[in-house]
Amino acid sequence: MSAAMETRNLCKSFGALTVADQINFRLDPGARHALIGPNGAGKTTFVNMLTGRLAPTSGQILIGGEDITALGQAARVKRGLGRTFQINTLFPNVSVVDNVAFAVAEREGVAWRMFRPASVYRHVLDESMALLDTLGLADDARLAVAGLPYGKQRLVEIAIALGLRPSVLLLDEPAAGVPTLESHRILEVLDALPKDIAILIIEHDMDVVFRFAQRITVLTQGAVLVEGTPAEIAADHHVREVYLGERHV
Amino acid sequence: MTHAGGYIADSRTRAIEWLPWVLAVLCYFIAPSYLPLGSYVLTMIIFALSLDLILGYGGIITLGHSAYFGTGAYAAGLLAVHLTGEPLLGLLAGTLAAGLLGLITGIIILRTRGLALLMLTLAITSLCFEVANKATTWTGGVDGLGGFTVQPILGLFKFDFFGKTAYLYCLAALFVCWWLVRRLVYSPFGASLTGVRENNVRMHAVGAPVYQRLVISYTISAALAGLAGALLTQTTQFVGLKVLSFELSGELMVMLILGGVGRIYGAFVGPLVYLVAQDYLAKQFPEYWYFGIGMMLVLVVMFARGGILGIIDTGLARLRRKPA
Repeated sequence: MSAAMETRNLCKSFGALTVADQINFRLDPGARHALIGPNGAGKTTFVNMLTGRLAPTSGQILIGGEDITALGQAARVKRGLGRTFQINTLFPNVSVVDNVAFAVAEREGVAWRMFRPASVYRHVLDESMALLDTLGLADDARLAVAGLPYGKQRLVEIAIALGLRPSVLLLDEPAAGVPTLESHRILEVLDALPKDIAILIIEHDMDVVFRFAQRITVLTQGAVLVEGTPAEIAADHHVREVYLGERHV
Repeated sequence: MTHAGGYIADSRTRAIEWLPWVLAVLCYFIAPSYLPLGSYVLTMIIFALSLDLILGYGGIITLGHSAYFGTGAYAAGLLAVHLTGEPLLGLLAGTLAAGLLGLITGIIILRTRGLALLMLTLAITSLCFEVANKATTWTGGVDGLGGFTVQPILGLFKFDFFGKTAYLYCLAALFVCWWLVRRLVYSPFGASLTGVRENNVRMHAVGAPVYQRLVISYTISAALAGLAGALLTQTTQFVGLKVLSFELSGELMVMLILGGVGRIYGAFVGPLVYLVAQDYLAKQFPEYWYFGIGMMLVLVVMFARGGILGIIDTGLARLRRKPA
């Protein structure tokens, strides 16, 4: 079976500075995979290369076995790649349901239609509403996103990505900035995500990582340090040295 | 909420949306001596609508929209001089010429954003201005392009000395443009433009072809601006270099901000208030009238970011809250 997403010898350098060094990474279909590493390890660069915001210097990126290295962001989304952002990247003055509907409309291919009102496309609205309902946001559907509490905005982040029905979902610190008291709600949502989506989560919060992930990849200085199950990672002395040391020793 | 469209929006025409049309028809009967000013206001409303489409919905900041207005104006003028004075063909020529220019320039400049884009829009207007300035055999340069006649509309309605036909002609054109823009703004395409304005990065991340959307909206907007330019040519039977000037672009931006950006009707209120105030102040204070216009803009920008319609919105919201 081909990987949901895969990178081969992926490199990125800015002049003499190498921020991604021969990254070979494989995300299996339906995986729950975490990418961790200290600040500056190159996690964000890696994600930006996966989504197409940043072109790699060399190497390959594949989705479902297809080489997508040369494709732009939109084309990758069409092939099933969805993402959320570490810092809320929403449509603030637009209602919650329209935030999701924008994504659904793009996937459904109606977003070029110019003549009939958007409200005529009921299936877009209905699907967006149903999605909000599963995330417990139905009551907030008609409010502007900017007025929502931060924790709920984080859920809208996920809702927009789910509106794309991705086969691969990149979650960039989904619980970032959320108070611990509210983060359990986000964890619940993460646990309930459809099992057929391959998920790569980038996260600093080790509680989230060890609760959610079935595999963990540790990145340091742009290269893969080690990959393994949570138990293996927790026991690895390299990892403890460079990363977990501060917290777990 | 500042956007008109979207998937939850009710796109049916509200009763109040007929108010401008009732007022416009009333003006025709009540203020016959103001019809030439009225025609100009209606023309500028179309122009402002075209800007609102890209600025208010797409978030494209431009100081070069007169390039398309002027192209439409000259296209209609040249057609009348060299081929035919048939007005509807003139409108079509102006619309197509400006739309084509919008498409070509849009493809080039919309790769940039922010300040770079603003500079490029300025550059395009300046280029067009200089071309028209130097190509005197075609455009008449600083002397302008005149000496053509515009035939009766549909062979029936002659342009009269008092500007009655011209006024109704502009009103009809505005109605068609309004209807089209309104359709567009409420459509999924319009919603996606709102998405681009609200968050360009996220629009990319949901797989929207952002650049293509912007180019198409820019082309449509340019075509509308060209139609407005052609209208000005036909109703004044003259094309001056001013139609391509940066000042006109700036003035247009001021009008739209004054009325309120991103709400269609800001494009109605802005030009009306601006041009009527200009007309009044210029009569009362021939030397200082620009001061009044400046004050108006300063007040709006400082205290009412949503423009005049924004003020009305907040006022109505307060009234509604009180009795409850």
